[in-house]
Amino acid sequence: MALEKITNISGKAVYVPGDDIDTDRIIPARFMKCITFDGLGEFAFYDVRKNEDGSDKPHPLNDPRRSDASILLSGSNFGCGSSREHAPQALHKAGFRGIVAESYAEIFFGNSTTLGIPCFSASPEIIREIAAAIEADPDAVVELDVENTTIRCGDKTYPGELRESARGALLSGKWDPIAELLEGVDQVEETARKLGYVG
Amino acid sequence: MPKSLFEKVWEAHTVRELSAGQTQLLIGAHLIHEVTSPQAFGMLRELGLKVRVPERTFATVDHIVPTDERAEPFSDALADAMIKELRRNCEEFGVTYFDIASGRQGIVHVVGPEQGITQPGTTIACGDSHTSTHGAFGTIAFGIGTSQVRDVLATQTMAISKPKLRRINVDGELPPGVYAKDVILYIIRKLGVKGGTGFAYEYGGEVFDRFNMEERMTVCNMSIEGGARVGYVNPDEKTFEYLKGRPYCPKGKAWDEAVERWRDLASDSDCEYDDVVNFRAEDISPSVTWGITPGQGVFIDETIPDPDQVDESQCDSIIEALEHMKLKPGAPIKGTPINVAFLGSCTNARLTDFQEVARYLKGRKVAPGVKAIAVPGSMGVGRICEELGIDRVFRDAGFEWRGAGCSMCLAMNPDKLEGDQLCASSSNRNFKGRQGSPIGRTILMSPLMVAAAAVTGEVSDAREVFGVGSPNLVEV
Repeated sequence: MALEKITNISGKAVYVPGDDIDTDRIIPARFMKCITFDGLGEFAFYDVRKNEDGSDKPHPLNDPRRSDASILLSGSNFGCGSSREHAPQALHKAGFRGIVAESYAEIFFGNSTTLGIPCFSASPEIIREIAAAIEADPDAVVELDVENTTIRCGDKTYPGELRESARGALLSGKWDPIAELLEGVDQVEETARKLGYVG
Repeated sequence: MPKSLFEKVWEAHTVRELSAGQTQLLIGAHLIHEVTSPQAFGMLRELGLKVRVPERTFATVDHIVPTDERAEPFSDALADAMIKELRRNCEEFGVTYFDIASGRQGIVHVVGPEQGITQPGTTIACGDSHTSTHGAFGTIAFGIGTSQVRDVLATQTMAISKPKLRRINVDGELPPGVYAKDVILYIIRKLGVKGGTGFAYEYGGEVFDRFNMEERMTVCNMSIEGGARVGYVNPDEKTFEYLKGRPYCPKGKAWDEAVERWRDLASDSDCEYDDVVNFRAEDISPSVTWGITPGQGVFIDETIPDPDQVDESQCDSIIEALEHMKLKPGAPIKGTPINVAFLGSCTNARLTDFQEVARYLKGRKVAPGVKAIAVPGSMGVGRICEELGIDRVFRDAGFEWRGAGCSMCLAMNPDKLEGDQLCASSSNRNFKGRQGSPIGRTILMSPLMVAAAAVTGEVSDAREVFGVGSPNLVEV
């Protein structure tokens, strides 16, 4: 199961300001009544984007100039709360391929990496500066360089952070660990035998 | 070398290091439910894989299950499709399924301990962030995503980075009317909703030594609300006593041997932690949230924060929270009118939660206009409450006594807030829209505080409403 090596993500960006944006916000629970992940994209950030009557709220995510954005910018502790993989799945299906936030909740970070979505961290100052740049020019391209963990926007390059295990997995095309886990089957048996209670 | 329980369990379950630096960790028991598993079974089919250890894989239905009309087909066609899909997957892959008909259905984090599947020194994974609950037994338990559910189904292992370990001590004696829920809301408020990111939490100290198992579960349950994916308490005699005789626990000689093994698991007294935090029980009061994260809390006699009185970094989030909650900065939280009282969820829907509330609720009435529902965490909890007449106390007071499930904690079933209703809730999350209405409002609190709010129709101090701790208290 060879996976693509993810070295570089670039595209237009959209800024969703705020700290502690939880996975209920990213995909409200009522849209998780499903047995596949298909179709989740249209419900990403639903209550953030929509009024109760279904009309659009004024929000960057509803800005037609950003409808093809593939990079999401946000605040700290992004993706906190529920472990639902429906959250990064919905973002992926809505076209997002990379995220830049101050920090991430752990389960969300892992779920996103497993889908091949690099989650870069950056300081609030850098995020604000990039947000200002894309506000001024909605066509501005933001580029995440996984190898060097840098973020480029216009003619500026900013330092980003990406946990080494995620960076290595993305660069080597091992961001979905299933193949490697299956390779370890003999050692799994050995560990289970020593423990005595698993299988 | 002295070791923590976490270190001992992690080492024993480590299969190997993976190329990107994560650990391949063996999972002792895999718990699954209907919301986060169907896609994982779908992936198994696509890959042509089987469930590697079906006898260590246990399923139940909790999130979407109605708590009133429980006969199938469910009125909600999507929910009905989900329960049928779970049943089909369990049958096809040979997984044990605690269905409604088994009488053992319930919230996955109530069922695991109740059935004795949750045991000290083991690892548990479940596609649900509140899996940390099982840590109350000295279990290392992780909430995982659906791709990881697939990984555990296919290999009984998962890839995970080893967290750091923080010891949290709460010493002293909790004042009357202060519960485990108040302790964890206090810890989250003090350490922040992201304070535990990258950490496993070991809870200890005199308060945890005295806590019963269900109180320990309440605290471990909400570890994730403080950012920590894992939270646990070292096992002791209370742990063993709680587990003895439960269906999936060892019996006879095997039980004695298991207890011997479990006694060696607790963290060695001189082991090292990456961080240690100390709290005093006497500093904790009954707590309620005022905002849209579990860390936005105050004591019941405090006022709602004023964005003008705090430093700039917190200002935006306070304004956003107060706008959603429709609360006035600087006003007392006590006296805020409520519309709904919800006593349930994997945080607080176990036998002792209902027992404690019933002691005080007897002879009292839910305030006019308040919808109050009590939802046992499992069919087992519901049955015992009914045998003890606890359900009667709730019904007589005007609570609706329901069937088991997650219910209004996240409102994936018909139990939902409407419009901007405000709910006094014993659950774990007060996120925007969490209880089913995008503009619905949630105030988190202990079960007894929920009962106090139900009785008075407003956010209240249960100590005053019920005379908790008062020498003059006459239990009716």
